[in-house]
Amino acid sequence: MTRFAATFAKPRPALVAFITGGDGDTAANLDALVAGGADVIELGMPFTDPMADGPAIQQANLRSLAKGTTTADIFGQAAAFRQRHPDTPLVLMGYANPMTIRGGDWFAAECARAGVDGVICVDVPAEEDPELGPALRAAGIDLIRLATPTTDTVRLPAVLDGAGGFLYYVSVAGITGQQQAAQASIDEAVARLKAATDLPVAVGFGVRTPDQAAQIARVADGVVVGSAFIDIIAEHGDAAAPHVEAFTRTLADAIHSAKEIAA
Amino acid sequence: MMTDTSTLPNSLRTQPDARGHFGDFGGRYVAETLMPLILDLEREYRAAQKDNEFRAEFDRLLKHYVGRPSPLWLAERLTEELGGAKIYLKREDLNHTGAHKINNCIGQILLARRMGKTRIIAETGAGQHGVATATVAALFGLPCTIFMGAVDVARQQPNVFRMKLLGAEVVAVESGAKTLKDAMNEALRHWVANVHDTFYIIGTVAGPHPYPELVRDFQSVIGTEARAQILEAEGRLPDMLIAPVGGGSNAIGLFHPFLDDAEVEIVGVEAAGEGLDGKHAASLAGGKPGILHGNKTYLLQDEDGQITEAHSISAGLDYPGIGPEHSWLHDIGRVRYEPVTDAEALASFQKLTKLEGIIPALESAHAIAAAERIAPTLGRDKIIIVNCSGRGDKDIATVADALGVKL
Repeated sequence: MTRFAATFAKPRPALVAFITGGDGDTAANLDALVAGGADVIELGMPFTDPMADGPAIQQANLRSLAKGTTTADIFGQAAAFRQRHPDTPLVLMGYANPMTIRGGDWFAAECARAGVDGVICVDVPAEEDPELGPALRAAGIDLIRLATPTTDTVRLPAVLDGAGGFLYYVSVAGITGQQQAAQASIDEAVARLKAATDLPVAVGFGVRTPDQAAQIARVADGVVVGSAFIDIIAEHGDAAAPHVEAFTRTLADAIHSAKEIAA
Repeated sequence: MMTDTSTLPNSLRTQPDARGHFGDFGGRYVAETLMPLILDLEREYRAAQKDNEFRAEFDRLLKHYVGRPSPLWLAERLTEELGGAKIYLKREDLNHTGAHKINNCIGQILLARRMGKTRIIAETGAGQHGVATATVAALFGLPCTIFMGAVDVARQQPNVFRMKLLGAEVVAVESGAKTLKDAMNEALRHWVANVHDTFYIIGTVAGPHPYPELVRDFQSVIGTEARAQILEAEGRLPDMLIAPVGGGSNAIGLFHPFLDDAEVEIVGVEAAGEGLDGKHAASLAGGKPGILHGNKTYLLQDEDGQITEAHSISAGLDYPGIGPEHSWLHDIGRVRYEPVTDAEALASFQKLTKLEGIIPALESAHAIAAAERIAPTLGRDKIIIVNCSGRGDKDIATVADALGVKL
């Protein structure tokens, strides 16, 4: 059973937590996320031009790059994480250029070597799958696809073709860390997606509080939180880990118990 | 406008393929949120290409609003001075708003109207595309928001004021290096959040498919006219075309109608800034293929794929990428790309002004500099067409500063 399958087989929704690699003390923050109860980790690969991100994650990217973070550093962080946490699924998230600059095969091989379970590439849609998809699948790495409010039923099969791990529903047509979608629209979208795929569905973009997360967790298999962690790291710098862990715990408790409260 | 691509099977004018690829370049590297929208844009553009009314309206606006056709001027004094090939200038500087940019803006706003979009956005570097976009938005009565790097806003105040006079809102972008690349990131972010009612008028032959294709088609009026004009003036095709390349829309507009004429040599001019071993904006000479802003193309970047900052004295060439069709034409060898430095462009800016009474844009001065280099090596029976893509009034302050003159 893959780490994703084992995680989503649990009878409770998952907290999917995102932080940008190289922003703050990444190893300590990753440990804090796991200690606080995060079920899946997304490690962001910094990029100079993060087109789909709001101000919080843009700044995290720039802070990381300003410290000289390289792609080799990110794989080093991933491999070290895998040593310390053998069971927690780890996803690399980022943009196409850093992932493909040395070729998709190189990237997939590095992911496999580092113990990475899945990859989210923001700007490689299904239409450009040959760029990364075949290499990742051949290396046994799940390519996690994004569905959005603009992904209609005609397009959805193309998005699902070749997708693995879980389906990431971007709940707002917009950038990360901004407004949250109306809960009714999330309920409807998750129902539509779950009717079309057996993959677990995780919902993200604009989720910042335990209450919001719990609302979403009533219908989804996972809730993705990113910018709210980034804000904590921006505020506390290299000493952010205890704050990250405390916030993770409030989110994890809310998400893990959401379906019990609903029932 | 829209070029007839029903030509020979081996034609170089039938790109891109159905997936928007020019050889290995181009494509649609965008977030999923935008994917349905650009598919929709492609469908709408295909319909517009077949619609005679759309074409007639485009032609009417180009003729009576933009002032086309632009003249093809035989630069006799420049030719005499250089002592070689005969140099003709395609006078895009005489268009309304002072550059080729307006051709594309007219085409795209007609598409926006056709798609029922009610808001216009655009990115701009120095402000030329912003002014052209704000101009057509005013003409069509549509609200318009222009994204411009905060650094550019500070150094291009006259254009900022022009855009505001035209009724546009100008957003100063504070992210990244606060220049053109960041303005484009911010325009894409805004577009993602407003896809339902907003049309994004991209200013060059870059971005996700179908933008590189449709911008090229709208700009091809330049080459189509030049071809007819040179045949009328000389009774034959030119031996060479020269145009400056930033993103490359004026260049592809001139080149595309000549791509299948093997006897016409084609030269694109990249901005070499302080020199190729210093700060520059020459993506082909100093970059390698990568993915940015929705397309795969040559980019200035480091070994990890992080995008590096471009530099040119010409703000219109100050971009770390280049249109994907140029990357393809470079790789197959159909077009030769040559670098020209800030200093060379500055000298040619002054030379053309003094010899022809034409103040060229600094972008265009790069092409003039290449012509100065090449023309003396060719016989007097040879003919070169240089794209004078814009007028240089906008650059007066930059040039004065570079020459140490206080205005």
